[in-house]
Amino acid sequence: MILLELFYVFFFIGLLTIGGGYAMIPMIKDEVVTRGWMTMEELLNFFAIAESTPGPFAVNTATMVGFSQAGIVGAIVATLSVVLPSFIIILIIAKYITNFLKYKQVKWALDGVKPIVVGLIVGVVLNLIANDVLGLTTVLDLFNKSLVIETIDYMSLIIMIAMFLLKMKFKKLSPIFMIIISAVLGIIIYGFIL
Amino acid sequence: MKEILTLFFTFLKIGAFTFGGGYAMIPLIQHEMVEKKKWITNEEMMDIIAIAESTPGVLAVNSATFVGYKIRKFWGSFFATLGVILPSMIIITIIAIFFEDFLQYEYVIYAFRGIRACVAALIFHAALRIAKHFPKTAFSYILIAVALVASIILQIKTTYIIIFGLVIGIVSQMIILKIKEKKSTKEEKL
Repeated sequence: MILLELFYVFFFIGLLTIGGGYAMIPMIKDEVVTRGWMTMEELLNFFAIAESTPGPFAVNTATMVGFSQAGIVGAIVATLSVVLPSFIIILIIAKYITNFLKYKQVKWALDGVKPIVVGLIVGVVLNLIANDVLGLTTVLDLFNKSLVIETIDYMSLIIMIAMFLLKMKFKKLSPIFMIIISAVLGIIIYGFIL
Repeated sequence: MKEILTLFFTFLKIGAFTFGGGYAMIPLIQHEMVEKKKWITNEEMMDIIAIAESTPGVLAVNSATFVGYKIRKFWGSFFATLGVILPSMIIITIIAIFFEDFLQYEYVIYAFRGIRACVAALIFHAALRIAKHFPKTAFSYILIAVALVASIILQIKTTYIIIFGLVIGIVSQMIILKIKEKKSTKEEKL
């Protein structure tokens, strides 16, 4: 049953999202794309919306994926499931573990998991480049499929690099502003130039 | 009762007006909870942020739960959390209803091709941001490489890789401690 599936998928995502909203991207991609709920392309559209609307990124993404699978009820189930683990954990800490920050094991676990999350996110980005720029399904296809030079989307790569450099230069630049610029670039490049 | 309503509406406001989530919410929470309502002190706020950062989930939700609990125990945390997620749920659901039709237009498709490239850049930038929050040791770099290989080449399930990270973080430090202990006892014997 889809609601039950939404519940446990998002419960585990909520339980293992460590390091902020973006840390859930590799997991969301893993669960949602392999289950055939949506394609990587659709998911990226969703991330763009989640980033340009108010509220936490993780909550917005959960609501959207839930809605796409089971309407309003799906949206409610996915959203509540993604916040439930941290809700329970914070309640336990607030009530029983007042010296939580003093446990060195917490820091150890975080120091282990954060590099892992960084590696996972970089993996997602590499797959995105393979997908959007090179027209392959995953990075692995580089080894067993030959590239079709004509279908390589250089423009997409240029926008990616330009936006990244822009964000590095202006740290405070709002993501919404960047999304609007790249939307305009997309229309100009794909609609008029190519 | 009045406090619970205030909690709910305060976090509703925070959820409805902060873009980018997480850290963008901290100044707002601080302003409302510490300066205006005087429900928590500045030091408590710092502790809450530290705890929210070291637990699973997103900062905004975790701090809402924690602040709510401080003020009105379970129901406080329940309504604070509900308040912070409710605006997202409503706004996103409305957008999702119209989004499919919206994607029928040719120029919208072009716009989203540009947007997807931008999102890839934002995601990569997020990885660099997380990388600021752990020690830059050889061990950390090995873990980054392990995660990369495990996910894109071996295609191991992401959840397993994350659990591996949590476990290896604790186990490796315990081994280091054990080795140090052995060394110091040996030195004592000498």
